[in-house]
Amino acid sequence: MLNYALKRLGVAILVAITVSIVTFSLLHLTGDPAMALAGEAATEDDIENIRRVYGYDRPFLVQYADWLIKAVQGDFGRSHYLKTAVADVIFDRLPTTMILGGCALGFALLLSIPLGVLAAIRPNTMVDRLALSVAVVGQALPSFWFALILIFWFGIQWRLLPITGTASWQNFIMPAVALGYYITPAVMRLTRAGMLEVLASDYIRTARAKGLRPGVVLFKHALRNAIIPVVALAAVQFGFMLGGSIVIETIFAINGLGYLAWESIQRADLPMMQAIVLVLACFYIVLTFLADMLNAFLDPRIRVA
Amino acid sequence: METILEVDGLTVDIPVSAGMLHPVRNIGFSVGRGETLCIVGESGCGKSLTSLAIMGLLPQKANLTARTLSFEGTELIGLSERRMGDLRGARMAMIFQEPMTSLNPAYTIGNQLEEMLKRHRKASTRKARERAVLLLEKVGITSAASRLSQYPHQLSGGLRQRVMIAMTLMCDPDLLIADEPTTALDVTIQAQILLLLADLQKEFNMGLMLITHDLGIVARVADRVAVMYAGQIVESGDAKQIFDNPTHPYTQGLLECIPIPGKTPPGAHLGSIPGIVPSLVGDQKGCSFADRCGYTMAECVDKNVALRATMNAGHDYRCVMSPDRCAGNQHAGIPA
Amino acid sequence: MAPPNGPSAVTAGPLPTVEQILEPSPVVLMRRRVFGHAGITIGATVLIVIFAVALLAPVLSPHDPLDQDLTRRIIPPIWHEAGTWEHPLGTDQFGRDYLSRLMYGARISLLIGFVAMLISGVIGTTLGVAAGYFGGRVDMVVNFIITTRLSMPVVLVALAVVSLVGNSLWIVIWVLGLLIWDRFAVVMRSSTQQVRNLDYVAAAKALGCSTGRILLTEIMPNIVNNLIVVATIEVAHAVLLEAALSFLGLGVQPPAPSWGLMVSEAKGLMFFDPWLIGIPGAALFALVLSINLLGDGLRDVTAPENRN
Repeated sequence: MLNYALKRLGVAILVAITVSIVTFSLLHLTGDPAMALAGEAATEDDIENIRRVYGYDRPFLVQYADWLIKAVQGDFGRSHYLKTAVADVIFDRLPTTMILGGCALGFALLLSIPLGVLAAIRPNTMVDRLALSVAVVGQALPSFWFALILIFWFGIQWRLLPITGTASWQNFIMPAVALGYYITPAVMRLTRAGMLEVLASDYIRTARAKGLRPGVVLFKHALRNAIIPVVALAAVQFGFMLGGSIVIETIFAINGLGYLAWESIQRADLPMMQAIVLVLACFYIVLTFLADMLNAFLDPRIRVA
Repeated sequence: METILEVDGLTVDIPVSAGMLHPVRNIGFSVGRGETLCIVGESGCGKSLTSLAIMGLLPQKANLTARTLSFEGTELIGLSERRMGDLRGARMAMIFQEPMTSLNPAYTIGNQLEEMLKRHRKASTRKARERAVLLLEKVGITSAASRLSQYPHQLSGGLRQRVMIAMTLMCDPDLLIADEPTTALDVTIQAQILLLLADLQKEFNMGLMLITHDLGIVARVADRVAVMYAGQIVESGDAKQIFDNPTHPYTQGLLECIPIPGKTPPGAHLGSIPGIVPSLVGDQKGCSFADRCGYTMAECVDKNVALRATMNAGHDYRCVMSPDRCAGNQHAGIPA
Repeated sequence: MAPPNGPSAVTAGPLPTVEQILEPSPVVLMRRRVFGHAGITIGATVLIVIFAVALLAPVLSPHDPLDQDLTRRIIPPIWHEAGTWEHPLGTDQFGRDYLSRLMYGARISLLIGFVAMLISGVIGTTLGVAAGYFGGRVDMVVNFIITTRLSMPVVLVALAVVSLVGNSLWIVIWVLGLLIWDRFAVVMRSSTQQVRNLDYVAAAKALGCSTGRILLTEIMPNIVNNLIVVATIEVAHAVLLEAALSFLGLGVQPPAPSWGLMVSEAKGLMFFDPWLIGIPGAALFALVLSINLLGDGLRDVTAPENRN
């Protein structure tokens, strides 16, 4: 077991490093970072200056090695724009995104799991079609458009919810819904499919033959088994959601990691961009690892092998 | 002997895309306390659906009707689901064919055993655990107490089936329905499980309804036998009667299929019943066995055939030929 | 005892009925399934309409989508009282006809969607089939590549690259194509694995068929179903991604009528003139919905066991 965990850790670190290399290359080699930083009105001399000051004139591998060595020690460089340590800024803005992500995940699960269960108990009825419609609409709805529609109705027309900022918990409602709706279809479909399969299994027939109450059969026996892959999926989708939060945070002016990423892209703040991508990648890696562990934990066939 | 289960005119209809399926047609039998009734038939004859119908576990689409379906005096047709749930597991219990998949993989054996007592008797965990250990020992599982914390995937097929049997006995039922309990097990284990069932039946004074396609099992444990074919009972009676004087051509055919060591000469022709089971979709007319029977006559196809009595009490069969004629057929052997 | 008509009289077995002989061929059955499926018919119809509009935009559109006329700014669509038939869907803040922009916008979405899907399809299928067929080290390496790609936040990386390289239509297409191949790789890998273990592949190998020939004649035909389903998913994915990039200003450049860009340009005016964001957003929704319905329907008809 320990062997397995160590191997996975090794692979995870390798993946993280590869992500950082790829990102570094993309950022430094696809354009001229010095020119991007200097802006449109800069002269040749300005650009040369910037190149020397920020070390963009060094060979690529030297630049990367320098970054990597510092990064391993927790120093992600200084933000070109904010003039402070990148790590500080990131960890300052991270909690907001975590809260947003958590709320979005909560909303998604609260909506999709009951819908999926209901759809499975009553297949091909109105409830089932409603659940599938929720999924189909969710997959086709552009998230930025959905967010604007929410703002239009709940923020402007009916004046029920605040539109921007993070002043109170109400500020998180619309962003959480807009972001959470992104992963609702996948979770709902998997719950429904899993429940349909489990409800047709032999041990559910046994549970009914034992005279257990319908609620007990549904929740204690059926859902407990059907939910295992759903939990793993939700963990991974959470990772995707964090990456997609940039759109929502920009629309709602929420000062999280996504908005920070947006600002750094606008300002060609390469150290910041590099660090954010790495942080998000590490999150995803940890989440997939967590998903595997949860899977193993929830299924006794794997846990007590 | 007290009759626990009385079935008369049991019919199951299921709407399918091709029409209406009639897998169980006008079945009647009874099970007494301390008695073993074996229902024999090939795959698709409707025996499993019969047992599900009694337990109230038919799929939603299925239509169940009967003149009588009474368990210990209570009419089961029209009984509310709530009351049916009270009966199931407590007074009438069932074990299924596939022990490998009949237990919930997410919970321990102990949990699944104890929940029965908690549900039906509102027992405490401690009492439930005691009874679980007791029953596990009764079904022949060693170190029962430690088994309680094991998961189903940690047990072999034979052990799982024993656990299933123990589970059905938790609430001391009066009727035990076993649907092909040994078919999925090794031959060596089959005998053990059957013997176990027979012993437990005596000890708990239950009625046992055993469903099987294996005549060898029937010969070993049955008090009474009902032979099913294409959704109908074609012959029923005491086990001894059925084996000594099989009357219906199908029953005779079944018995002819079994080679008897010592009697059947080596290299001799093995008996078989040619043809396949007819489709049970749509209206059924005439004898279902007509297209496979060696004695088919015009009246077999035209009219539905009713059960009739043989010379021996309690021994009925469904054929237009007279009992003498049928008995004669048996001694003449299968027509070549 | 009179000998009865023995089993031999009936062992000939029942003759096939007329209905059985005249059973419809597999092609006819498939056609019935396809046209009987509501999702396929609706999805395909809407998609064909959008395609036709995009193709015939130069002929159909009443105005030049880039034509600004500041004297005719923000005219509401025809269902408002101030609307006019000259601009059925109104005009934006630069006086450009919205219907024309919508039509030309369809070209952008469809072009990006399909080309990005093709690029990612080639990359992903090559990786996936190689991993699934050869297994071993190849599989390990491809898995590592896929994991690395999945760990990267796509939107962020796409935005970053476009901001540094410059936003033109083809840069967006290539960036998307080079980023969204992961589903192709994963699905093609598992499909190939399933087929590789089947007996007829082993038979082909035993006959001495070359690897290339096996891949082409034995493996590919059996994974094409899944390939088509993933292709439709990825077209939709690319369309939505481009819309998001353009919305954030780092996709297609203005004044091109990308639907995402139209929403972005109008979001400041949302309060008074909501149709300015309603119409392009609805168009996006309709396009992606029809693609998804078609893809789901195709999967239902060809490989229903892969649902979820």
